[in-house]
Amino acid sequence: MQLKSYQMNGFYDEVFDADCKARAEARLLLETIESLEEGELLRCQRAAETLLLQMGITFNVYGDSAGTERIFPFDLIPRIVRAEEWDWIERGLKQRIHALNEFIDDIYHDQKILKDKIIPEEIINSAAFYRPQCRGINPPGRVWCHITGTDLVRHGDGQIYVLEDNLRVPSGVSYVLENRDLMKRTFPRVFAGLHVRPVDIYPSKLLETLEAIAPSRALDNPTVVLLTPGMYNSAYFEHSFLAQRMGIQLVEGRDLVVQDGWVCMRTTKGLRRVDVIYRRIDDDFLDPQAFRPDSLLGVPGLVDVYRAGRVSLANAPGNGVADDKVVYSYVPDMIRYYEGADPILPNVPTFLCWDDKDRQHVLQNLDKLVVKSANEAGGYGMLIGPHSTAAQREEFAAKITEKPRNYIAQPTLALSRVPTLVEDHLEGRHVDLRPYILYGKDIYVLPGGLTRVALRPGSLVVNSSQGGGSKDTWVLAPTEIGATNE
Amino acid sequence: MSSETAPLLSRAADAVYWMARYIERAENVARFIDVNLHLQLDLPLEPAHQWQPLIDTSGDAAVFRERQGKAKKATVIKFLVWDTTNLNSISSCLRAARENARSVREIISSEMWEQVNGMFLKIQSQRALAESERLAEILRGIRLGCHMFEGITDATMSYNEAWHFLRLGRQLERADKTSRILDVKYFMLLPSANAIGTPYDDIHWSAVLKSVSGFEMYRKKYGRITPRDIVDFLVLDREFPRAIRHCLRVADESLHAITGTPMGSCEYPSERSLAPLRAELDYTSVDRIISQGLHEYLDALQVRMNTIDDNLGRDFFAEALITQAQTQTVTTGGTS
Repeated sequence: MQLKSYQMNGFYDEVFDADCKARAEARLLLETIESLEEGELLRCQRAAETLLLQMGITFNVYGDSAGTERIFPFDLIPRIVRAEEWDWIERGLKQRIHALNEFIDDIYHDQKILKDKIIPEEIINSAAFYRPQCRGINPPGRVWCHITGTDLVRHGDGQIYVLEDNLRVPSGVSYVLENRDLMKRTFPRVFAGLHVRPVDIYPSKLLETLEAIAPSRALDNPTVVLLTPGMYNSAYFEHSFLAQRMGIQLVEGRDLVVQDGWVCMRTTKGLRRVDVIYRRIDDDFLDPQAFRPDSLLGVPGLVDVYRAGRVSLANAPGNGVADDKVVYSYVPDMIRYYEGADPILPNVPTFLCWDDKDRQHVLQNLDKLVVKSANEAGGYGMLIGPHSTAAQREEFAAKITEKPRNYIAQPTLALSRVPTLVEDHLEGRHVDLRPYILYGKDIYVLPGGLTRVALRPGSLVVNSSQGGGSKDTWVLAPTEIGATNE
Repeated sequence: MSSETAPLLSRAADAVYWMARYIERAENVARFIDVNLHLQLDLPLEPAHQWQPLIDTSGDAAVFRERQGKAKKATVIKFLVWDTTNLNSISSCLRAARENARSVREIISSEMWEQVNGMFLKIQSQRALAESERLAEILRGIRLGCHMFEGITDATMSYNEAWHFLRLGRQLERADKTSRILDVKYFMLLPSANAIGTPYDDIHWSAVLKSVSGFEMYRKKYGRITPRDIVDFLVLDREFPRAIRHCLRVADESLHAITGTPMGSCEYPSERSLAPLRAELDYTSVDRIISQGLHEYLDALQVRMNTIDDNLGRDFFAEALITQAQTQTVTTGGTS
């Protein structure tokens, strides 16, 4: 297969350097690709897609009739991360998660960071996902963010930035494991000569994390379950996948009941006590008595049991306060405040429309900036200035002026690209990277992650709901590149 | 049973039980149609009424009559194989089996899931090319796929509580289907009792046996084909896997494995409805059944099997959810 026609278009490429030469870590991969016969890559790609369908690795499409499932498009060309770079990412993530956890614990207790005027109090009180119901709760080990999926992006300057923290219910880790499996099944020869760090350990590490946070009376042999909204949820595959890999029960709200101050599940042998719930439903739907009264998904009384320390929840309710994009802009300050150190991983520079001076700047530069709603995810509620129309910019200017607290703006990042199979040849497509971090006894970073890729030409939006796909992510072991793994 | 693993969720028990029933149902319908296609080739002069029994066997005769009127080959095949509004068509059964499997993916093995998912995807893709020529091949594929599912189940899943619920569903469905085909065919063939011994009669009765894959095993045991021996074989045989007595014995074993009640005693209503039925099949004789009226006997049998199913629901599946609805006035969300 020929790569001569590959265009860089002036973007940072994860495989080629600025002179269109293969980066050292990608050299072996490129040699393999170049040695392929015409059409072979496409054949592997088709085989992978068929496998995904047969294995039922699909996500549900909202708004479609029940039972409509699609595969999450998968691209065969992996993204490679050098060992030294990963080491730096890992240290940065550990520092960041530690600080964020300190912050959440502080916010729901003494609020020292507000008293010390590091973060304005009104920012917290107006955060959509701040949950005053959680004040005074003491989760085991004072850990709130047990599972995090931080979004990282690399800009044209080659620097990696943190784009979002995703401290609530991050998804996608099942694709990290399945993508690797798929690569090994359909394209085994590309692994030749490289030492790619395995990702299969994730379910064990996750179970370890969940067991570590059990209420102390149950620490010996806790009953851990995974709570799903049900099989028509878009991430249902992941829920059943993780439950299966951990060997724990997958429950729905209707399977759980609060009885005599304990959370129990309904089994064929009657009620059985539950100690730890890895919940994959949002705070709002957890318990109609504590949060949204109209929710039908949750378990009435659950939060009271949690508050009493008789059941543990991962992630802890209330984390969303730190997912607010205005709060996000203060994370570097949090790191300095709680860790007494400078942040290792930088934030994307962020303008707060809430601040008069910043807002003037944003309104004058709408055509250059990306404007985001402070509390939406999935690529929704967003204006990408350079790709926008005058009408869209007017609409956002009005929204910003009306509710400045709800908007932030960032420079439009030239996300780095990775070669991606388009029909029968390779083209550059923009990517991001979501590593997964677990926090039970200690903080653990899975050596890998979900590389999401914007499959539409020129698109910067990598979300699966908006035409995104994914790639396998290879974190190389800290050995010499080229050392064989026979 | 030894319970090293945590007890099964009521919802999951319900789902594996129904997954197995739907797979078994799909396989039975495929076999009935296939046998009838062959029968038609042997008996070209006996037209339309050959297809009515298939509808009668399915238990959906009223629905069919309302929608399609008289049973013709094309309409019957459409109704029993492809019609997604008929909840007991093969397409619907495979869809329902897959939906149930999907809700318990973490309980069954990946191999089982891939098999049932594969069957579902296949019949979806075959819808477009359902030429009558290919029908026999498609039906054969479904039978094989269902057998494979059974084999994969027994080879890849631990014989735990969920497996016993699965086997319980499979056996009850199988007993029900055998009783239905026997009932319908016997009723239809009876008027020709004075013609016993004619070649056509032989062909018809052979078809009954083939409908339950029992022709060869029957031959080995009885040789000559007589209605009495066929009833003996399909209702009371101890060894034939589709004989009602055998099915209920296996079902009873699984039920006791689930409850932990020693064999021979009963604690749950479901056990109390299954055990006497099983005992009765152990001690009755074919002549007694026939003198009492086979149709009446099979009818009563089906009613009692339905009672077992109801009791299973109350003992293991539904009660928890009913209590929830009563005590907390919460409707269940998400899965409808």
